[in-house]
Amino acid sequence: MYVHYSACTCMFVCELQRVYMYVCTCTTVHVHVSLNMHSVLLSQDNAIRTSKYNVFSFLPLNLFEQFQRLANAYFLVLLILQLIPEISSLSWFTTVVPLLLVLTMTAVKDASDDIVRDGRYYLLPLSECLSQADLLLLTSSEPLNLVYIETAELDGTFILKCVFPTGEVRCEPPNNRLDKFKGTLTVNGQTYALDNDKVLLRGCTLRNTEWCFGLVVFGGPDTKLMQSSGKTVFKRTSIDGLMNVLVLCIFGFLAVMCSILAVGNAIWEVREGSVFIAFLPRPNGVNAGFSAFLTFWSYVIILNTVVPISLYVSVEIIRLGNSFYIDWDRKMYYPKSDTPAQARTTTLNEELGQIKYIFSDKTGTLTQNIMTFNKCSINGKSYGRSIGETVDFTWNELADPKFVFHDPSLVELVREGDLAAQHFFRLLALCHTVMPEEKTEGELYYQAQSPDEGALVTAARNFGFVFRSRTPESIRIMEMGQEVTYDLLAVLDFNNVRKRMSVIVRSPKGKLILFCKGADTIVYERLHPSCLKESKDGLYEYAGDGLRTLALAYKDLDDDYMEDWRRRHHEANIAMDGKEERLDELYEEIEKDLMLLGATAVEDKLQDGVPQTIEQLAKADIKIWVLTGDKQETAENIGYACNMLREDMTEVFIVAANTAEGRDVTTSISCFANVITHNSSPKAYALEKDLELELLRTACMCQTVICCRVTPLQKAQVVELVKHYKQAVTLAIGDGANDVSMIKAAHIGVGISGQEGMQAVLSSDYSFAQFRYLQRLLLVHGRWSYLRMCKFLRYFFYKNFTFTFVHFWYAFFCGFSAQTVYDEWFITLYNLVYTALPVLGMSLFDQDVNDRWSSQHPQLYSPGQLNLYFSKKAFVRCMMHSCYSSLILFFIPWAAMYDTVRDDGKDIVDYQSFALLAQTCLLIAVTIQLSLDTHYWTAVNQFFVWGSLSAYFAITFTMYSNGMFLIFTSTFPFIGTARNSLNQPNVWLTILLTSILCALPVVAYRFTLIQLWPTINDKVQVRHKVRKEALPAPAPRRPPVRRISTRRSGYAFSHAQGYGELVTSGRFLLRRPQKIRTALLFPQSDSPLSQGQPQLYRPITALNRVPEEEQPAQQS
Amino acid sequence: MSKEENTANRPDNTAFTQQRLPAWQPMLSAGIVIPGFVIIGVAFIGIGVALFVTSQNIQVLEKDYTGIETNSSCFKCTNPRVKNCNCTINFSLDKLFEGPVFVYYGLSNYFQNYRKYGASKDAAQLTGDLAYFTEPSTSCVPYQRDAKNKPIVPCGSIANSMFNDTFKLFQIVNSGNVAVPLDGKGIAWWTDYNIKYRNPTTNPLKNAFNDTVKPIFWPRPAYELDTTNAANNGFINQDFLVWMRRSALPNFRKLYRRITEGEYAKGLPAGDYALVIGYNYPVKAFDGRKKVVFSNVSWMGGKNQFLGIAYLVIGSLCVVMSIVMLIVYAKFKFPDEE
Repeated sequence: MYVHYSACTCMFVCELQRVYMYVCTCTTVHVHVSLNMHSVLLSQDNAIRTSKYNVFSFLPLNLFEQFQRLANAYFLVLLILQLIPEISSLSWFTTVVPLLLVLTMTAVKDASDDIVRDGRYYLLPLSECLSQADLLLLTSSEPLNLVYIETAELDGTFILKCVFPTGEVRCEPPNNRLDKFKGTLTVNGQTYALDNDKVLLRGCTLRNTEWCFGLVVFGGPDTKLMQSSGKTVFKRTSIDGLMNVLVLCIFGFLAVMCSILAVGNAIWEVREGSVFIAFLPRPNGVNAGFSAFLTFWSYVIILNTVVPISLYVSVEIIRLGNSFYIDWDRKMYYPKSDTPAQARTTTLNEELGQIKYIFSDKTGTLTQNIMTFNKCSINGKSYGRSIGETVDFTWNELADPKFVFHDPSLVELVREGDLAAQHFFRLLALCHTVMPEEKTEGELYYQAQSPDEGALVTAARNFGFVFRSRTPESIRIMEMGQEVTYDLLAVLDFNNVRKRMSVIVRSPKGKLILFCKGADTIVYERLHPSCLKESKDGLYEYAGDGLRTLALAYKDLDDDYMEDWRRRHHEANIAMDGKEERLDELYEEIEKDLMLLGATAVEDKLQDGVPQTIEQLAKADIKIWVLTGDKQETAENIGYACNMLREDMTEVFIVAANTAEGRDVTTSISCFANVITHNSSPKAYALEKDLELELLRTACMCQTVICCRVTPLQKAQVVELVKHYKQAVTLAIGDGANDVSMIKAAHIGVGISGQEGMQAVLSSDYSFAQFRYLQRLLLVHGRWSYLRMCKFLRYFFYKNFTFTFVHFWYAFFCGFSAQTVYDEWFITLYNLVYTALPVLGMSLFDQDVNDRWSSQHPQLYSPGQLNLYFSKKAFVRCMMHSCYSSLILFFIPWAAMYDTVRDDGKDIVDYQSFALLAQTCLLIAVTIQLSLDTHYWTAVNQFFVWGSLSAYFAITFTMYSNGMFLIFTSTFPFIGTARNSLNQPNVWLTILLTSILCALPVVAYRFTLIQLWPTINDKVQVRHKVRKEALPAPAPRRPPVRRISTRRSGYAFSHAQGYGELVTSGRFLLRRPQKIRTALLFPQSDSPLSQGQPQLYRPITALNRVPEEEQPAQQS
Repeated sequence: MSKEENTANRPDNTAFTQQRLPAWQPMLSAGIVIPGFVIIGVAFIGIGVALFVTSQNIQVLEKDYTGIETNSSCFKCTNPRVKNCNCTINFSLDKLFEGPVFVYYGLSNYFQNYRKYGASKDAAQLTGDLAYFTEPSTSCVPYQRDAKNKPIVPCGSIANSMFNDTFKLFQIVNSGNVAVPLDGKGIAWWTDYNIKYRNPTTNPLKNAFNDTVKPIFWPRPAYELDTTNAANNGFINQDFLVWMRRSALPNFRKLYRRITEGEYAKGLPAGDYALVIGYNYPVKAFDGRKKVVFSNVSWMGGKNQFLGIAYLVIGSLCVVMSIVMLIVYAKFKFPDEE
């Protein structure tokens, strides 16, 4: 695998948050990237063949593929059987017409799919250019060596060109190793080694650089992300599986029926046929066995309608229709991003009505991934309200206009010069690891490693303590308009054990201060005894609101002590062994006797309607598991915020278990609120086998399950676990690249579009913009789809079995000779014309209760989970019903016509009249059955039902007319039958009798069932019906968000270790002259995909000229 | 700014796309189901009574003449070696058999609905297409050609096995016999006579049958089926048409003649009758039965008790069911619940 490029023209393609993205177009490249303003074309040799067919190969290839399908092959066998004169019990057209129709429709669908597939790979929206390919990063604008990667969407603005020299890239073939890349780059005779640090994998976004040049190494499905996302398995619904089993059963049943009839034929041959010779000679003599053999196959042809081939086509049409409804739904359209819901897979709809487990990502799915500084407590007094007057920050030139705060009294306090308040914000402006960026005077941007920190520093900025710039030794801030520079003496970095970070600064006046922020529990332990009387009530209140709290404290230090501490700190830092422990000890020593300043409350903003959605889904008996890469605290916090965890579920036990490899797999379970945490190192690839079942058993006893610190692979494994052991239908919802594996593993994958790029959406089956639409997708669309599909299947099997069984009964009266009961044209058109549209109409429009009531009564969802509407049992019931109907439909006409004549004495019990009578009875009976099944009669349904019946009579009269007989004499032998028998009162009385006998027992049975054992559906329907006139359906209820005072710490901080060292190392500020632009390669830390936690920004540090040992420490 | 107003992707707000099409949602409520059952029940009982009474008023007289029993006058004819056998069956009517009276012949255990039997004919030949006279369809095998390879017209099993017993009816008046005129006109379907079966336009008809042979079992060729009426020959012979409309069931009766002429138009008066049968058709070999049936008809066709009884039973069941459902409803009253 190599990429050869020459004469590259690089075009500027996009800009996002001042990140400019260039992609190269080379005229003679192996892997080729070209683009225009609206699309990026990825192609190999300028034409990757992703479409399966071309114009000429389409027909033969497609036909070959189609006949590989069991159903079509079966048809072909039937057709061949029909061509054998000895066996042929039906004319060829009875099979050819439906087969042609099925083949044509499938071919059209395949052709259109092929055209779409063509487009999917070639035309990529511009915004997906980086999310579609793995790039080799060539150079960037940024002299800073700290480059962040972000995953966000890109957008295009203008074009810019520059030219590259010829070069060649040789690398490994596409593979799924996210952490490895091997290759060489040869430019101007010089060869450079390429490794994983020098490629930008699909799924990342560059930050902090104005522009960069990249060369596409792997595109589309070759990218490492796609290769590692697991094979895209062809998903099938459980109904599909059941249908296949049933079809096999039906095959068996068909064989049994045919065998019975064949045996009957043998007996008849011996007893009757052998003596009937004078009238029906047997030139080859009587051979009962051979006759039975032929009869078997003849009946296979006649009874083949029990294996309904049009079933598959109809099922596809219904699913397609129901998918369109999802695409079209305005209630799942998000106007802010102009994103409609999208059914990306059209074959899974009914499974949406059977979901038992939902696996949800947290960041970006439940939350907006926006942190807002909502409240704070200073000196024991709480500021900030959730609503109310917004604060005017215009007095502060450097204020961030996007920042919103709802309590003016705090600003007044700060402006009045309240020392505590000022100290509070000074701390926020100094104690952090944020990188500032000020392109033009006053236009500040913060690059924060965690959004929490970003929110806190921005808050300080708006309240007049503006963080402007930092060097490794100093921090420059504006304090109420005055510029002050603090010497930064030490950063006591954050980590998950310490749960706090501190900075030690010297003010311009020479005062030494330690500022500390951290978890309330941790900080309170280290307070000076004089502060202990302070109440924690405010903090508990914040925690009860689901806010993330941090306690702030400071401490004045004296110079001598500081001098001594710094010396020891330096010694510890350069110590060869025990460095970590010694530093921890030093930190522990200095961070005590702190003075409490207050606390901050940052809201991890939930998406709109998340708690309500979760509540409704829970009522529908759907279990929701949150799988997140986040830390336990943050995940728990969100659990409380969206009412998944409640205050009455308190204790969290952490059960730790060590595996053979010594990896930690920590499982924490609380008594009531059950929080499961996998605290495993990022390299733990699998859940340990022996723990799997234990985990599942425990988790399934829980109301709520939250898995933290899970890697993408583990997410998929949890899903597989539930799929495998619980045999339940699962749904995974997520928005990021780390959710792809889980989305693919679950029965249904849902992608949240427009948040973190397109990876999740691209591998999902359904996508929409907001988590809350999940409620509508499942409770309305899913339920309806399931209901419709089941109704369709039940009815379809009913009508075909009834049709076929009549033949079976007739066999006993026609010497088992495979004589059809109906006209051959009726057999041809029954499934295609006479009954096709009404049942499609029902399966596309039917609703038992409307959408509002569906969402209103989540209990309505349970029949789908329990598989109540269509199962093997329902199928057997269907067959029994068919059996009854067919008995009526054959024996009533038989008895009513026995030995009778027309009202003018002429013949009416002739075969043709009887066939017409039987088929008319059948059609009317199945149409009435359909009408009984239809709950929702739109004009279209009426049109289809009446239209099909009218079409039947119109077509029948036409085919039985003189004209048709004169033109096609032997094709339409039923001439005159309709005229001669449908004018007879006893024929119509027979039809009425059979219809009533087929319909009334069903009505009586259903009525009695409703009276004796009303289902929830019946109750809702009746209530709906009764109240419909009086009251409109109630508007969706917004349950009041329950806030209970808590004794729980609200601490949560999505920060990682290592940044303190980074900002003090000084390396980030080295501005190097760039000697060789073209070969400048940006290494990158390991991919976000291989890491458990979703990361907002990751640093890409060090240029290729930096010696290895100078590389900054990277997080493991 | 314009982003917020950008709604290019917003789905259309139509009743169809939003699944809000106005619809009628019927429910199986007690107010519809129970009265419905009562109405259907009452209506069915009404129809049933009418059908039953009508059917009761239809007179039917069946006479089996197969000759299985040794004391039967037709017993002698069952021997296949006896040719041109005649037998007589006497019967008496004690009251007027109201006219018009239809005379049927009935066959049982006769599988005209056997698939291969039913397919054994050439529809094109029977429309008078001369091309098919020389080349009959292979569906007629083994009655496509005779032993000398001459084409059989009309070909096939159905035509070959045409019923060929004859009936003559006499009223015995003062020990003298008065022939009852039997009318054989218009006993087949109009469409069969005019459209489906046609003779070749060749004149005389006999010429069309040059180089063909008659069906093996037939005594005379097709153009001489009716020796009394030259127009009633070929494929449009009424008896032939009646026979060719094959039966759906193995027991069937077919119209032979109508009694519509002279004093018998009003019916057969009470008295003694003699039915003289030209016994030609062998059925004994396959346990078949032959009978002759005299019947009159009503608006509902021939005599069939089943429909009337079925309507009465179903009607009554509906009424009973409505009472049961009323009790269930009164006891549970589901829709009014809560």
